Amino acid sequence: MTGVIDLKSATIRDLNSRLQDAASAPEGSVWHVANVRGHHSVAVGIDRPLTVEVEGNTGYFTAGMNHGAEITVKGNAGQGVAETMSAGKVHVTGDASMAAGASGRGGLLVIDGNAAARCGISMKGIDIVVKGDVGHLSAFMAQTGRLVVLGDAGESLGDSIYEARLYVRGAVTSLGADCIEKPLRDEHRAELAGLLAAAGVTDVPVDAFRRYGSARDLYHFKVDNAGAY
Amino acid sequence: MLGGMMATLCSRGPDSAGFAIYGEGRPDMVKLSLHGASEGHVAAVAGRLAEALGKELDFAVRHTQAIVSVAETDLGHAEAWLTAHAPEIAVVGKGRRMEIFKEVGNPVAVGKAFGIERMAGSHGVAHTRMATESAVTTDGAHPFSTGRDQCLVHNGSLSNHNSLRRELRREGVTITTENDSEVAAGYLTWRMRQGQSLGGALQSGLTDLDGFFTFVVGTESGFGVLRDPIACKPAVMAETESYVAFGSEYRSLVDLPGIDNARVWEPKPATVYFWERGQ
Repeated sequence: MTGVIDLKSATIRDLNSRLQDAASAPEGSVWHVANVRGHHSVAVGIDRPLTVEVEGNTGYFTAGMNHGAEITVKGNAGQGVAETMSAGKVHVTGDASMAAGASGRGGLLVIDGNAAARCGISMKGIDIVVKGDVGHLSAFMAQTGRLVVLGDAGESLGDSIYEARLYVRGAVTSLGADCIEKPLRDEHRAELAGLLAAAGVTDVPVDAFRRYGSARDLYHFKVDNAGAY
Repeated sequence: MLGGMMATLCSRGPDSAGFAIYGEGRPDMVKLSLHGASEGHVAAVAGRLAEALGKELDFAVRHTQAIVSVAETDLGHAEAWLTAHAPEIAVVGKGRRMEIFKEVGNPVAVGKAFGIERMAGSHGVAHTRMATESAVTTDGAHPFSTGRDQCLVHNGSLSNHNSLRRELRREGVTITTENDSEVAAGYLTWRMRQGQSLGGALQSGLTDLDGFFTFVVGTESGFGVLRDPIACKPAVMAETESYVAFGSEYRSLVDLPGIDNARVWEPKPATVYFWERGQ
């Protein structure tokens, strides 16, 4: 089934209630959301595989807590797009504002344009592919998951990173505390190729990327540092 | 249009509102934006000022404010008279083209009371306030004047405003409230008094102002935007062939003409942006 929800007449609560209810929006149904006009919390908390096409620029927390839906934002997304996503796919055709994919546990977030500061902050298993640049402090305290950046990365990339893997094709302004460049081995080439394919990127060779990750000096207790406590 | 842009963001700051409108100006005249207790009060003061200057004054009273046009040659006299004879009147702005209006209350109601939607100009700035660092008073409402035809609005909070206020007062900058944003405005005034350009003053602010901020600065010919290096506070821009617009959120830009085809983007942290009107 296919449906249109027009935010000119429907409230955000109406929209989300309909999309969250399996009776009104069964698995496999396709939804268009019209007249978005920068609204916050568009298409949040969906827990099954639906297709949602959001027509226009959105406000904060779009597609938050997604668990299985495939949500496309045709335009720019405001702060915290796909925050705490656990499964599914969120695709932003324009730019994303700050904290895209924050604390995400799973699923794939694809941003065709740039992502602003703190992209992938505290990510816990989400995969993020940004075709443009990412702002400062991206992947801050990133625990697991992969962040792929086809453009440049701003200051302090991967500050206090745990075990997330970061792949950047362009320039990195600076690396954050405990984040270092690491060799790109075959297993990484394979995983990167998979992520690029999932994001629809076919014309970029994996060897154009550099890999960054944790030096593991910060989060292990070291007896040499005991005097500092 | 400015009122409409602001109304969508009432929820971000419901306690007071202010506007800077850049309208028509004459090269030999200066407009003083006077704020008083009531319409009758500011009208009476404007009348007494005209008497003191011994000439007919062109003034328009809107709600609690009067915009009084005085000749450049009378400006010193007018300001001295106001300080001496109407100390309760706040001069909230002065300039060739800039008019500042601000008041406490629901932003939509404030805009209506001043008749903002009936005003015209080349550009303008609107601000809604949610007070954090000082009391909800008209003095604490934005925009703050930073000099002739210049104003500043601020989203954020500065943590070193007390020490900076003391330093600026020592340097002879007048700061009347405990508000942190007024300190930022005073800081820019001071830097420009030292000979820096507005862009240079904003650049220096990145080093000297400690805290969170997104600033929008209005000038006679355009406006500027500056975000702190951490980019704590939101900002979004829209550009078309015919205009440049700023909002804290995209929601406030949605009714602008041609917005669907505008380039919508987020200004980068710690970067001074300026837009000047083409002549």
